[in-house]
Amino acid sequence: MSDNSVIGKRVPRSDAWAKATGSAQYADDLSLPGMLHGKLLRSSLPHARIREIDVSRARALPGVKAVITGADLPKVKYGNWRLVPATQDEYALAVGKVRFIGDEVAAVAAVDRETAEEALDLIRVEYEELPAAFDIDASMAQGAPVIHEETPGNISVTRNIAYGDVEAGLRQSDYVREDVFTMQAVSHAYLEPCSCLAQSDDQGRITLWTSTQTPYIVQCLLASVLGLRENEVRVIKPHVGGGFGGKMELRPWDVCAAFLARLTGKPVKFTMTRHEELATGRRRHPMRIWSRVGFRKDGTLVAKDFRVHLDGGGYNSMGPTAAFLVGNFGAMLYRYPAYRYEGFHVYTNNPPAGAMRGFGAPQALFAAESQMNMAALELGIDPIELRIANAMKTGDEIPDVATISSCAFRECLEEVARRSDWKRKRAELKDGKGVGIGCYSFITGGVFNWFDTQYPFSAAEVRAYSDGTVHLLTMASDIGQGSDTVLKQILAEELGISMKDIQITAADTAVTPKGDLGTWGSRVTLMAGNAVIEAARQIKEELFRMLSVRFNLNVIHDMECKDGMVRVKFRPDRGMKFGEAVAMAQKSRRGEPVVGRGTYTPRDMGLVTPTFSFGAQVAEVEVDRETGLTRVEKMFTVHDCGKVLNPMAVEGQVEGSIQMGLGYALCEELVMSSGRTLNASFLDYKTPGALDMPAGESVCIEVPEPRGPYGAKETGEGPVSPTAPAIADAVWHATGYRCKDLPITPEKVLRGIREIDRAARHAGDRDR
Amino acid sequence: MKQIIRLTVNGDVYEVAAHPWRTLNDVLREDIHLTGTKKGCGDGDCGACTVLLDGRAVASCLTLAIEAEGFEIVTVEGLAASREKLHPIQQSFVDEGAIQCGYCTPGMELAALHLLSKNSDPTEEEIRAGLSGNLCRCTGYTKIVSAIKEAARRLRADRPA
Repeated sequence: MSDNSVIGKRVPRSDAWAKATGSAQYADDLSLPGMLHGKLLRSSLPHARIREIDVSRARALPGVKAVITGADLPKVKYGNWRLVPATQDEYALAVGKVRFIGDEVAAVAAVDRETAEEALDLIRVEYEELPAAFDIDASMAQGAPVIHEETPGNISVTRNIAYGDVEAGLRQSDYVREDVFTMQAVSHAYLEPCSCLAQSDDQGRITLWTSTQTPYIVQCLLASVLGLRENEVRVIKPHVGGGFGGKMELRPWDVCAAFLARLTGKPVKFTMTRHEELATGRRRHPMRIWSRVGFRKDGTLVAKDFRVHLDGGGYNSMGPTAAFLVGNFGAMLYRYPAYRYEGFHVYTNNPPAGAMRGFGAPQALFAAESQMNMAALELGIDPIELRIANAMKTGDEIPDVATISSCAFRECLEEVARRSDWKRKRAELKDGKGVGIGCYSFITGGVFNWFDTQYPFSAAEVRAYSDGTVHLLTMASDIGQGSDTVLKQILAEELGISMKDIQITAADTAVTPKGDLGTWGSRVTLMAGNAVIEAARQIKEELFRMLSVRFNLNVIHDMECKDGMVRVKFRPDRGMKFGEAVAMAQKSRRGEPVVGRGTYTPRDMGLVTPTFSFGAQVAEVEVDRETGLTRVEKMFTVHDCGKVLNPMAVEGQVEGSIQMGLGYALCEELVMSSGRTLNASFLDYKTPGALDMPAGESVCIEVPEPRGPYGAKETGEGPVSPTAPAIADAVWHATGYRCKDLPITPEKVLRGIREIDRAARHAGDRDR
Repeated sequence: MKQIIRLTVNGDVYEVAAHPWRTLNDVLREDIHLTGTKKGCGDGDCGACTVLLDGRAVASCLTLAIEAEGFEIVTVEGLAASREKLHPIQQSFVDEGAIQCGYCTPGMELAALHLLSKNSDPTEEEIRAGLSGNLCRCTGYTKIVSAIKEAARRLRADRPA
């Protein structure tokens, strides 16, 4: 692999020029002649029946072209879990009831934003307020208000995983501990607020430009909601300003823009405000995790019982997946002979939670890794040694779930210990300073077909032209992570051409091949990458046939595409330029263009994923005992993402994950009061800034993954999870205070320190 | 009532009819169609809308268009000398991998230009302080900081001794 031309190289992003110059266009940058501006009226109450909506005054306002409510739209519910229609619980605009503050009630299209906003004020909604439930206990209590009539009891989804005899295991354990952990809601806080622009064309087809990470899902669900056939909707993904899981569903503004465009005959654009994003947008599930784990005296894991309640908010969104994955990640990293998981997705009258980077892993691993650290302490075993003793290895099986097809977890642990000078710092650091560890594993794409797609999970079409250029078409969706670049790298490597010779269209559902499920679950490099390789290899085969004929080659000759040539290996004189070979192939086909088509669908790979990433992280902190403020000084990360296809991109993912993990650990929280988000601005919802970031060292252990393109596996999501447990452990090491409820705010740390001091004084008093 | 507002943007003069309460951000994006300047929050918290007014970085979402009359406004579209030759700050952002989703990039570049115009050789701490008004959710700032360091080096090298 050492003679790769572009694989493994620090290749700058192919869209960097456009983004550096401001010419890259995002959804809100687009406009069309005659375009109308849309605005949404949202519920001001957390739970209420809608008695009446009067839009007459809004409709009469000059400049208003249309006002719609749930009564105007087809009564079709939607949701990403198409496989289980009972989970599809959302209308684009409320029908009968609202279920959270911000639930969409009506939509306006007007000649400008100001008029649309003014019209919202003129809509009169008469509500009958209903009792509401704002946390999982209130929602599951006897007599709790029923949030969806179809779901009495408010538990919308239950997921289970079980293997081995957990009861016997816990009975036979020498050491058992039981803990409860809780995690807060946090925002994706992508910089680009959601935006879309819809146009109804002269064929009656809807074209929707939308800020999405899943164009195909939006296409299918939008069609179903509008009563159209799938291909009567065309979804185009412009540049997307970050998603992190928050842009992987059909959203009400997509539906309203499309419906209003048909109704008015004019293009309609909706763009969310930051306040709407933070106050009503999707968020990471708040959870409560109860975990009981048993060990033998020597530290060997015996069994684990893991029970999780997810606060799903008013609708399911991606909750059914979250409710499974959190249980999956509860048993990752280590070999558990027996494991039992029960997950409950609970409706509340909070804004709905959805998919967010790490999806279930940040919560599961905060609990599991914190518990591992506490257990290590009581077992008297170094936390890293305890982990090494139980670490998963290549070939391990999670019964009925997955096989670990490659794993360098042990190597990650050893390397992070060495780089962070773990042993010495753990023994010698002074009071107020500490080091702590957290580890992670993440899926590389999902196997379970919850969307019930009728197409391959990923597809690529490669068109080769005689002018030496190549066109790659795919629905794989770059939302900032760099998939366009890595797919071009893969294609350039396969065809031996320069990345400059490759044009990419991704994604436009009218022209890019079906299908691709989009960007989530860290799936794109592996799934779309494999599809691109398959397409490229078809083209190569065809070009090799031309070469063989042209030079009358012996059948034993091996050929290659390299340096812009198609040639005999070790005989570079017997070769043609790539474009010449394409021209010849095209001639041989009497003009038919040279096209390769590749697909990827994971089969026979269990229930979860083709392969998992692994990694370990050590945080070094200093805690101010006067203020309770935790300052993270350094992060050491060792990551097993298989073969690194582009080091700059992988580093970028790890560094970005640390920012998000740091916020989750210390300062990010959507503060709720009776269903209302109190801190819906970036002034009050703090994501870490440039001055808050710790120094860092991160390295990759490159063990090639047999199922990945060139041996690659995921890197975009795994590293977001270890940061919170590592910091919590370091804060414990620095102060003796162990935080089990995120985020680790100065208030909690101060209270914790004071309690420890008080306990120590009492102990001192007793001793005297 | 709308007023005629005369703005000098990247050396070009634009006359637009706009309400006096319209922000510079809206006028740049929607009336002049310079959409490189982004709007991430509209509250002046995220810095995605940063532009320069007479060399000083301001949040265009908190600036009324009418207030910007008489200033030399520079947006991201005014940074590169030509299609072929990016500004050293832009080129460093490209080379160092400082761009992911790109939504913070225009604001980051202009914040960097403001910083480097006052301090041609900033320390890492000074660069981070210079970016304290700009949020990024993708990069963890690491590569943005190194890009600005590199841009400072290139700019110093370009400058005649």
